[in-house]
Amino acid sequence: MQWETVIGLEIHAQLSTQSKIFSASAIAFGAEPNTQASLVDLGMPGTLPVLNAEAVRMACKFGLAIDAEIAPHNIFARKNYFYPDLPKGYQTSQMDHPIVGKGFLDITLEDGTQKRIGITRAHLEEDAGKSLHEDFHGMSGIDLNRAGTPLLEIVSEPDIRSAKEAVAYVKAIHALVRYLGICDGNMAEGSLRCDCNVSVRPVGQAEFGTRAEIKNVNSFRFIEKAINHEVQRQIELIEDGGKVVQETRLYDPNKDQTRSMRSKEEANDYRYFPCPDLLPVVIEQSFLDEVRATLPELPVEKRARFEREFGLSAYDADVLAASRELANYFEAVNTVCGDAKLAANWVMGELSSLLNKDNLEIDQSPVSAEQLGGMILRIKDNTISGKIAKMVFEALAAGEGASADEVIEKKGLKQVTDSGAIEAMLDEVLAANAEQVEQYRAADEAKRGKMFGFFVGQAMKASKGKANPGQVNELLKKKLEA
Amino acid sequence: MALERSDVEKIAHLARLGLNEADIPGTTETLNNILGLIDQMQAVNTDGIEPLAHPLEATQRLRADKVTERNQREAYQAIAPAVENGLYLVPKVIE
Amino acid sequence: MHQFTLAEIARGLADKQFSSEELTRSLLARIAQLDPQLNSFITVTEELALSQATAADARRANGESGALLGAPIGHKDLFCTQDVLTSCASKILTGFKAPYNATVVEKLASAGTVTLGKLNMDEFAMGSANESSHYGAVKNPWDLTRVPGGSSGGSAAAVAARLLPAATGTDTGGSIRQPAALTNLTGIKPTYGRVSRWGMIAYASSLDQGGPLARTAEDCALMLQAMAGFDTKDSTSVDQPVDDYLAALSQPLNGLRIGLPKEYFGAGLDARIGEKVMTVVEELKKLGASVKEISLPNMQHAIPAYYVIAPAEASSNLSRFDGVRFGYRCENPVNLEDLYKRSRGEGFGAEVKRRIMVGTYALSAGYYDAYYLKAQKIRRLIKNDFVAAFNDVDVILGPTTPNLAWKLGEKNNDPVAAYLEDIYTITANLAGIPGLSMPAGFVDGLPVGVQLLAPYFQEGRLLNVAHQYQQVTDWHIQAPAGF
Repeated sequence: MQWETVIGLEIHAQLSTQSKIFSASAIAFGAEPNTQASLVDLGMPGTLPVLNAEAVRMACKFGLAIDAEIAPHNIFARKNYFYPDLPKGYQTSQMDHPIVGKGFLDITLEDGTQKRIGITRAHLEEDAGKSLHEDFHGMSGIDLNRAGTPLLEIVSEPDIRSAKEAVAYVKAIHALVRYLGICDGNMAEGSLRCDCNVSVRPVGQAEFGTRAEIKNVNSFRFIEKAINHEVQRQIELIEDGGKVVQETRLYDPNKDQTRSMRSKEEANDYRYFPCPDLLPVVIEQSFLDEVRATLPELPVEKRARFEREFGLSAYDADVLAASRELANYFEAVNTVCGDAKLAANWVMGELSSLLNKDNLEIDQSPVSAEQLGGMILRIKDNTISGKIAKMVFEALAAGEGASADEVIEKKGLKQVTDSGAIEAMLDEVLAANAEQVEQYRAADEAKRGKMFGFFVGQAMKASKGKANPGQVNELLKKKLEA
Repeated sequence: MALERSDVEKIAHLARLGLNEADIPGTTETLNNILGLIDQMQAVNTDGIEPLAHPLEATQRLRADKVTERNQREAYQAIAPAVENGLYLVPKVIE
Repeated sequence: MHQFTLAEIARGLADKQFSSEELTRSLLARIAQLDPQLNSFITVTEELALSQATAADARRANGESGALLGAPIGHKDLFCTQDVLTSCASKILTGFKAPYNATVVEKLASAGTVTLGKLNMDEFAMGSANESSHYGAVKNPWDLTRVPGGSSGGSAAAVAARLLPAATGTDTGGSIRQPAALTNLTGIKPTYGRVSRWGMIAYASSLDQGGPLARTAEDCALMLQAMAGFDTKDSTSVDQPVDDYLAALSQPLNGLRIGLPKEYFGAGLDARIGEKVMTVVEELKKLGASVKEISLPNMQHAIPAYYVIAPAEASSNLSRFDGVRFGYRCENPVNLEDLYKRSRGEGFGAEVKRRIMVGTYALSAGYYDAYYLKAQKIRRLIKNDFVAAFNDVDVILGPTTPNLAWKLGEKNNDPVAAYLEDIYTITANLAGIPGLSMPAGFVDGLPVGVQLLAPYFQEGRLLNVAHQYQQVTDWHIQAPAGF
């Protein structure tokens, strides 16, 4: 049977506020346990929450960016359950009246086509603390530093049809929250976490199959692997005559498998009700207008502009717009050199491999946008060839010069364009390879093409790559045919 | 709809309240009496009435995003039943 | 000295008739001598009191003044007091020396009050007899075999027995007004949001409100003046200036329109209490008030609605008492579930557990609409009744309680009967309006209270009416025999 995968994602993005959502504690990652847990965060008797304005603003930014309706009245509710990392015995979240309503995000698939993924809602809530399981005499240790960190939970529609689409969607959300400056996107530190709801159904069937939820998958790679594994598990289960049970599962990256979380299995009854310690949050239109005015150009808009303005391919535009920093870098290179295609090639080619090799972020690049743009200018005006440019680039990366011009000058890499000098050099090359010249002249047209390449190679070698390749071609042809 | 013993056990579990076996019948009866009182509500016509969560119907005030809390772990943990290395200790959490 | 009201103490301290330290020592001695009969204190904070008293005397010597500077008071034991046991009269808060002060405690302390101790109460403020305390029942100084009312029963008994001139209380369904009525005191529950709830351990967040119990309306005005005000730490606190309650006291009652809700005088009311209420009405008429009958048609639905909303909120508010970060923890828990169930099962008393279970049930899947949502709709009907009534009248007057103080143990086995005692008081909490109870005479030697209700933020009006009444009557001056 042919199966179709149906995926919906819940992404928890930690908002990059200074303080917690309901208290004035810091939210820095990696602090000593319980040193960022205030009376409110500890759920001390008699303490009360007061909502952080910045968390509200950030949620609104997100809502505007996905074209969602922002609820003019949104309400915090309590989700009641007992767990040691949940100090109050309830999580303050939003249930029936989330701050962000229905919206959407367009993602680019591998083949360059676009797909619209619906976003059901996004709501504000507080994060829980952490249970540490190192052995404290058979006990667990509880650290409540993270308790109360503001989260935006972004819930997608079940519009996603494959693990690859899921990854593309998470990447798009990741790019978006970073563009908006509302989340640092650091998945290793848990700033962006993903729960995947996965089900399968026979192709053509309208109803959804029973879904399993894979909790807390924390890297793009694991999202793809976890989903693929879960899809396979479900298909095999059904084909063997079994049934998928609705449950929560955990992905184990070491074993590349998902397993049932039995401790959370018992039917939970969260007894949601409006939090009586918090009042309805009112969002005025004037506030939204003000927030909208602060929105940066978003990835989708940027992608479209790159295609339109610079004539980039959909794929190139998508790669370059994926992060705000990369896009800014690219645009800065382009501003200097005035050649978007060359700029795109260099940023996505040499620069990307350099950064990948040294595991650097774009804002840590050893070659600045001004340097790269300056170098491309020299390619364009024939001062250097593309091949020489790679040497110049490496020199710049190694800090061997402040600019391409300086490197070219210092290393004597300037392209030779003087025809006289090139001719003299070619004469030497031909004299040194008299036998090959004979053979060439005796050969028929079909074979000559390949043989011609040999002479070009020898000529470039002789000039240490500095001879202008166009001139070499032209003059060489003339001499051989003479 | 009177509660039965199993309902009371379920509610007590949700609320994480340990009940003495011997108290369950009495608790069940008392809870049913209270629910009897509460159920008088059902006779009231509330069609078209909006629920009222807060008497004053005010709106939420927002706090400026500033860190003003400082570390007071020692003071806060002085009243904790069990701590070690700055962590609160609980019986092993199994996921 | 123990007979002095706060206003008299203020004059005595200002005139240097006595020092705060002398007064404090005298009251501490009186507490040590008499409280064993009443059990109104959970903790006597002698050291704190003496240091606050000497500090107040020093401030006064430096030229500072202030109506409460050096005045001894007590706090209901659900207001957090730093480094002092704050128990909510529950075993589950064993050893809970609060790591901070409630806003009310801070405000009163900065006004110069001297804290003599923490007062007994119904466990987590759940009750109207003060019999559910882990620290034992409180007795009514007017008859030691009877209850003082609750949940602020310790506050009421201590003030009525002249162990203190005034105390803080909280009122979720009548917990200031009802014990005030049963012990011949004046007590006011302010408008919801008028007094900060920061540090006031929650029972039902949307209903709880702190306020004072004292012997006179004037003393309540002095206390409330210091307690009330906007607090950025409480989202439900109202950002509105506090009226001058003392200035409001002297306003004449000419033209005051009083509404008597017919529902408050129907079946269930002890007729002798009804008569006493009518004598108050007559007195107020003499002072220039006019009276008309009004109707609050949804009053009868208030009890069921209240006993859904309050337990529902409580069931969630009390989840934090889990034996992990503070308070009581069961011995040798075998696993997490055991830790929760035994700590909570052993730590909470029967009435608290009952209300947690009722609330848990009311919020559980499938019942939410029929219980919680329905109760909130009724809550709006009740609020609407008051809004309509206050179009025609300035204050509403009626009995505070349907019955006199009952015998200790009389209603222990019948929670429903005890819940019905709240019939006249809980509507004010549901609607969020202010309410006051004041002494209205005695029946069989037991105090009777009259309740006054007013529109939002009209605390000044309530204190004014009570004060004017107390200028022409002397019920409030009566002291229980032996105290």
